[in-house]
Amino acid sequence: MNETIELNVLQKQAQEPASAPRRSNRFDLVSLPLVRRLVGSRWPLFLARALTLAGFLFTILAGLFGSRVGSANFAIIFVWIAWWTALKLVFIPLGGRSWCSVCPLPMPGEWLQQRGFVSPVQHRLGLGRRWPRRLRGTWLQAGFFLLIGLFSALTLTDPRVTAVVLLGLIALAVVLSLVFERRVFCSYVCPIGGFTGIYARTAPVEVRVKTASVCAEHRDKTCYTACPWGLYPLALQDSAACGLCMECLRVCPHDNIALNIRPFGTDLPVEKPSRRLDEAFLALVMLGSALAFAAVFTGSWGWLKNAAYAIGSLEWLGYSGGYLLLNLLVLPGLFAGAVWASGRLAGDRLPLRKQMSAAAQSLLPLGLFAWIAFTVSFALPKFGYVLSVLSDPLGWGWDLFGTAGSAGTFSAPQFSALLQAALLLVGFAWSLRVVDSNRPSGGAGSARGAVTLPLAGFNLLVSVGMLWLLLG
Amino acid sequence: MTWLRRPFLYRAGILMGLIAVILLAPAPTRATTPRVHHITLDASRFAYTPGTIKVNPGDQVTIELRSLDVLHGLAIDGYAFELQAEPGQPDQYTFTAGEPGVFRMRCSVTCGNMHPFMVGKFQVGGNDLLWRAAFALGVLLLGLLVWRRP
Repeated sequence: MNETIELNVLQKQAQEPASAPRRSNRFDLVSLPLVRRLVGSRWPLFLARALTLAGFLFTILAGLFGSRVGSANFAIIFVWIAWWTALKLVFIPLGGRSWCSVCPLPMPGEWLQQRGFVSPVQHRLGLGRRWPRRLRGTWLQAGFFLLIGLFSALTLTDPRVTAVVLLGLIALAVVLSLVFERRVFCSYVCPIGGFTGIYARTAPVEVRVKTASVCAEHRDKTCYTACPWGLYPLALQDSAACGLCMECLRVCPHDNIALNIRPFGTDLPVEKPSRRLDEAFLALVMLGSALAFAAVFTGSWGWLKNAAYAIGSLEWLGYSGGYLLLNLLVLPGLFAGAVWASGRLAGDRLPLRKQMSAAAQSLLPLGLFAWIAFTVSFALPKFGYVLSVLSDPLGWGWDLFGTAGSAGTFSAPQFSALLQAALLLVGFAWSLRVVDSNRPSGGAGSARGAVTLPLAGFNLLVSVGMLWLLLG
Repeated sequence: MTWLRRPFLYRAGILMGLIAVILLAPAPTRATTPRVHHITLDASRFAYTPGTIKVNPGDQVTIELRSLDVLHGLAIDGYAFELQAEPGQPDQYTFTAGEPGVFRMRCSVTCGNMHPFMVGKFQVGGNDLLWRAAFALGVLLLGLLVWRRP
């Protein structure tokens, strides 16, 4: 009954003109025969997921039983250098939530829930409860991300801790799959899901319906029933929640689902601001975390590194206080002030919540490029370690491929610095474009230009801060 | 080819050209008399003291690495030498500072879990790139004011 009501609401939303899908500049990848064959069958996805799950299990074993030295252990280097870099440089900017389609974390739970590895059966295992309404949104994901930030220096450097964190996440995903319906872990809890989801709005891919009326007239809604994420493709307004598993395409009897290539940042101009603040908060947490991680991991302040690493000490409490202050008070306060000032200049009568929700879209390109620049600074110099741990994954003195001795740093300092500066500039320029697209209409004369200044000033402040941390 | 007539493309092109000039235009060389520096660099888990070393291009620099706890190393991005020091056994190297820029000093011997992040900064000349990039951010902001949506 609840499901029917929700579907009706989604369908109503989907038929409102403001949310009608924008069709220009799209290319449906499924129109290519090879892509159709790949996404039309469940087997390629199953094989890819089985592969990532095998890598994931090996990572946990390496973390638990391999060397305690992080830079000599597969778990640390592959999770925090190789995968983390690939996620930020390839998966998210080009594929949105594409990682989520092959992520191993929810797999055991999902396989148990659907009682099958490849194709779901009709009678699912578990209680199948609905996720509590008050816990919906990205608040929990932001909270978990903050938690990771507090323990980042230990998690990123201690193989045992990395293995335990991964085991904890997989156990949580299994429990949630058996108690609740569908992928609530990915949608509402997983911190990486929050990270990929929010930045997926900038990415050039989307799943959308081809013809809205075909879906509206289709009574069975097989796509909604089959979607592991509980999404109704006709109602999709952005790409933040869709995990690109393409199950909707496989079950659609009318061949009405498209996997579109679209211009970057299509989701960012907001036509109808929502009252939700969770995504704005998540975007600010991501921005604050990028600044904090850049200070800890690429800065030359040894006391800060030691404070972040010495979990439970007085210094660590100081670090935690600063990290939480930045993410919970300083950045949200400055951002709210900037949005309020913009609204005042424009004479905007929208509630501050709606203004903040619209204005937060500009934080997405800013944050994404800040993370990419940080990654270039943080991970590229250490890429030699990837080759090294491939030959000696457990740090036991093996040399399987003759690359065990190649753990030296990759050094192109001037090119790397220029690249980081260019990335931050691109992120800032893109954010300004979104500020301009989503600025409140109104204001007269010179005030019309000034409307954008407070928010642009906030973005400038963050960019200068990141620039100073990375290049200063 | 209607997209070619979109003003956004021209504006973006102008801004990109301007920013490329700001970032890449050669700076006038500042003639300075080369100086001699002897720098004692203390290494302890997971920091160098001082955290930043500033010299000018052409200066002769001697770095004496001292370890205060365990075996530590020192390598500087863009420079082909490495030092290793244990407590009571310092190591030193003399070289000439090269191109201007900020280069990371990194510990080259595994010294603990935070070892990959034990970094310091070796700054040669002014940090031009930082100032140029900050100026470019200002130019972008100006671009927004000039070419805002009507």
